[in-house]
Amino acid sequence: MPDWIAVCDVDVIDLEDVIRFDHGGKTYAVYRSPDGTPFATDGLCTHEKVHLADGLVMDDTIECPKHNGRFNYRTGAALRAPVCVNLSTYPARIADGRIEIQI
Amino acid sequence: MTVAFTGESHKRDYSLTGEDTRHAKEIGLANAEWYHSEVPRKVMKELMQRSDGPAIRDTLLWFALLAGSAWGGIAFWGTWWCVPFWIVYGVMYGSVCDSRWHECGHGTAFRTGWMNDVVYQIASFMVVRNPVSWRWSHARHHTDTIIVGRDPEVACKRPPNLFRLLMAYAGVIDMVDSVKILARNSVGILSADEKDYIPESEWPKAIFAARVHMAIYLLTLIAAIGFRSWIPIMLIGAPRIYGCWHMLMTGLIQHCGLAENVTDHRLNSRTVYMNPISQWIYWNMNYHVEHHMFPMVPYHALPKLHALIKHDLPEPNASILDAYREAIPAVLRQARDPNYYFRKPLPPTARPYKEDLVHA
Repeated sequence: MPDWIAVCDVDVIDLEDVIRFDHGGKTYAVYRSPDGTPFATDGLCTHEKVHLADGLVMDDTIECPKHNGRFNYRTGAALRAPVCVNLSTYPARIADGRIEIQI
Repeated sequence: MTVAFTGESHKRDYSLTGEDTRHAKEIGLANAEWYHSEVPRKVMKELMQRSDGPAIRDTLLWFALLAGSAWGGIAFWGTWWCVPFWIVYGVMYGSVCDSRWHECGHGTAFRTGWMNDVVYQIASFMVVRNPVSWRWSHARHHTDTIIVGRDPEVACKRPPNLFRLLMAYAGVIDMVDSVKILARNSVGILSADEKDYIPESEWPKAIFAARVHMAIYLLTLIAAIGFRSWIPIMLIGAPRIYGCWHMLMTGLIQHCGLAENVTDHRLNSRTVYMNPISQWIYWNMNYHVEHHMFPMVPYHALPKLHALIKHDLPEPNASILDAYREAIPAVLRQARDPNYYFRKPLPPTARPYKEDLVHA
């Protein structure tokens, strides 16, 4: 069973924004949607190794900062070329004022 | 200050499947980590925000200028009065199309996705580029900018073919090459390079798009023959020849004469201050270092980005003419010494060039 790992205090991530989170040799992108719900995906774009945390969150999509590939960060679905492969997503929650992800 | 790379000279292989490709992958130049100036996250988020307003305004103006100049060209056909109208129409068609293709391909011109896609398709047709394959080609250009064997969009290869570079301004060679590619794609053939940067799942789309473009050109020819008139050709296709000079004038100074095989856009790209008309035609791509460092910043926010990071960049060229004064001698010298490149000095406020992988 994957562990719940604390990422940061809730208010570290703005609404409709994303941060990079490195853990156990892997990199993740952790989001807050416009209504404050946390989400987590793999940190690198599936097109090329670009950190999604440098990209722009618009509603429920994250845009890769290099090539404009877009994913739905809630589902991981690839939405726009040049990305063709979906992102892996991970459960995320808020516990005691902190965002945790299950990895 | 200029620097000549002192390593051994070798014949460059700009194909995407050759020895330089293997070498770039081997030494980590392919898909590398690039230098970028520091911009606080909150500021970058603001700069990346999309807006429909500026691009709708510019696109309406573009269409109005296209329609108005086409009207004048047709109305005064047969007299000298039609010439200025065709000159304007040519630039609106054969040069503006490039910057609209570019910005809409990045998906940054408009906030609304379908608007980017519609203008991208129209502009791709005008600039005679396959809208599918060039989307992938340009993605690679941004991943591996001027990396020999990886970047499919190197305009000034070394040693330069000076005749071709000079003839580029006339538009004919590029037009012929572009139509040949579309024709080849339309019969279902993709080159080895195209197969390298376009995923296999997209190949049928590229072939279909080429067939649509070729069909429109064929209909234009049929109309010209049917009406016994040059006007259909003056309206569709030919402006890519007689109006492309501005696209070439601004496009060729983006990278020519600068470094190859580096991972710092300040070494291989050029920011040039321009007059407002050229800047409108070019949609602010004169801020080319800034665009390559942060490609998701929309064209209308590039002047603001430039103001924020210019302390970390080489001094921009003062004008288009100034950029040519720098680029032409460098390209001429590259004809004799392919390892030469023009290296711009950095201001004292800038961080040093990232040169851990420099192979000029």
